[in-house]
Amino acid sequence: MMGTEFRNLAVPVRDGESELFTVQMGPQHPATHGVLKLNLWMDGETVVRCDPDAGYLHRGFEKIAENKTYAQFLPLTDRLDYISAMANNVGYCVAVEALLRIEVPLRAQYIRTMVAEMARITGHLLWLATHALDIGAMTVFLYCFRERGLLLDLFEELSGARLTTTYTRIGGVRQDVTARAMEKLARFVEEFPSRIAEYETLIDTNRIWLKRTKGIGCVSAEQAVQLGFTGPSLRASGVDYDVRKHRPYCAYDKVQFEVPIGVNGDVYDRYRCRMEELRQSALIIRQCLEQLPPGAIVADNAPDLVMPLARPRQPMAGSSLATGYIELVPNNDVYPEGDVYVSIEGSKGELGFYFVSDGGGRPYRMHIRSPSYIHIGGLATVCEGVLVADVIAIIGSLDVVLGECDR
Amino acid sequence: MGEVNQVELVEIEKGVKMIPGANAFIMALDKLVNWGRAGSVWPATFGLACCAIEMMDAGASYHDLDRFGMIFRASPRQSDALVVAGTVSKKMAPVVRRVYDQMPEPRYVVAMGSCACSGGVFNSYAVVQGCDEFLPVDVYVPGCPPRPEALMEGLMRLQDKIMGEHWRWSRWR
Repeated sequence: MMGTEFRNLAVPVRDGESELFTVQMGPQHPATHGVLKLNLWMDGETVVRCDPDAGYLHRGFEKIAENKTYAQFLPLTDRLDYISAMANNVGYCVAVEALLRIEVPLRAQYIRTMVAEMARITGHLLWLATHALDIGAMTVFLYCFRERGLLLDLFEELSGARLTTTYTRIGGVRQDVTARAMEKLARFVEEFPSRIAEYETLIDTNRIWLKRTKGIGCVSAEQAVQLGFTGPSLRASGVDYDVRKHRPYCAYDKVQFEVPIGVNGDVYDRYRCRMEELRQSALIIRQCLEQLPPGAIVADNAPDLVMPLARPRQPMAGSSLATGYIELVPNNDVYPEGDVYVSIEGSKGELGFYFVSDGGGRPYRMHIRSPSYIHIGGLATVCEGVLVADVIAIIGSLDVVLGECDR
Repeated sequence: MGEVNQVELVEIEKGVKMIPGANAFIMALDKLVNWGRAGSVWPATFGLACCAIEMMDAGASYHDLDRFGMIFRASPRQSDALVVAGTVSKKMAPVVRRVYDQMPEPRYVVAMGSCACSGGVFNSYAVVQGCDEFLPVDVYVPGCPPRPEALMEGLMRLQDKIMGEHWRWSRWR
């Protein structure tokens, strides 16, 4: 009775859209994977608008690169996507080699493939650990770091460092693999699939995990392509694009592997894709171990660490200022001129390096196409209309690294 | 009047004496307070860059920081130490300072990694050359990034430093 009375009252009631309030999530937020800041406009618990604010870890990589030779910049690529530094090293070196036209020996190609896949496993393990931690599964974090420790120990044996490896060099790899390390790696690869099954038992049947991930943050195939997604985030939406298959680099055309494809493009599918990729990576490493050919690990024409800069154009002998005809010495370049864009499949997506060379030993301009930056840009679209708790799950599932994003 | 017992105090360690049978200790309050603080340094979960991964590793399965009574807290209001793990850019520096300002006293700062100590390899227009430019740093842990063991050593040095504090519990300090 009371209800009917009230319903008849002609009081203008606001819908609530004008009552938006803003929440600044980050940069100090344990679930934003670093120093990502999101400005959220919220209607209650629903996100109406999401505005990512990147740049809190901007370190000026691209400007630093202009003042360093190609060889000098290599150690800095570790700090881009610090979770899988080996993949960055490989990507950078592949790009520089394309620019300087260096042919890498087969053994080095295989070693690179191997370490890049190891990097993918470490990257995906850290992703799973933090993603599960964000959603509330603490145990997975500890399990993942257990296996990650084994791989980091292997990195240490190969290169001397756990995270910032600088293992590749322009024209090959810095040092050859040891029999002991390979034995350890073979044992790891043998055991790893059972460990993946272990993670899956922890979360795949967990009702909370399924409710938090299934149907959350759906990205359709068209949308994913429009947003420029790459890597597992794109493949989860059902788009078959993998740089390893479509533009093979290193030894990826010599090994057999499958590219897992999702259907729905939600958080759960992105999780499934990455779990399958872990299995495929183990498979690739096993093939590399079996096929690893003997031979050199550095190309003969690999540049020295001290790379000469471009000499200034000199006037030719015989030309004079008095006549007004000055001829410059024609071919004075040390290295080829021009620009080159080469991309690899990092653990986050397509990691590309673009160089503009003026013929010297350092790039005139370098640009890094980092997948994380593009994924963070996509957050604005994906997070529209979801609950604030799901924003955490979406950030986790897109797997962003701020070092790479902000550069 | 009965006989007054002469109680022999038992010295357990330097400066700490026990009264046998009474379940009581005699020591300087400084020592007690510092012991309590050093045994429960709770760092803030605040990763900036690469070093944060090693910091997570220090707290994970292999190098378990819980053994030292160190539990990462997500809120600066609940934490005692700020581990500046990574490069502090000029955009980030005010935020780091704010996180520090939000922490209750007593608070400590550990600069982890070359970037936080001195700017490291990033001598560029965007990077603060060491977080000691705007924070009072207690312990510097060099390395790029430092191994988890190095961070643990740094945190143990911090514990040593806390044990040596004098009068910090007092209102009139």
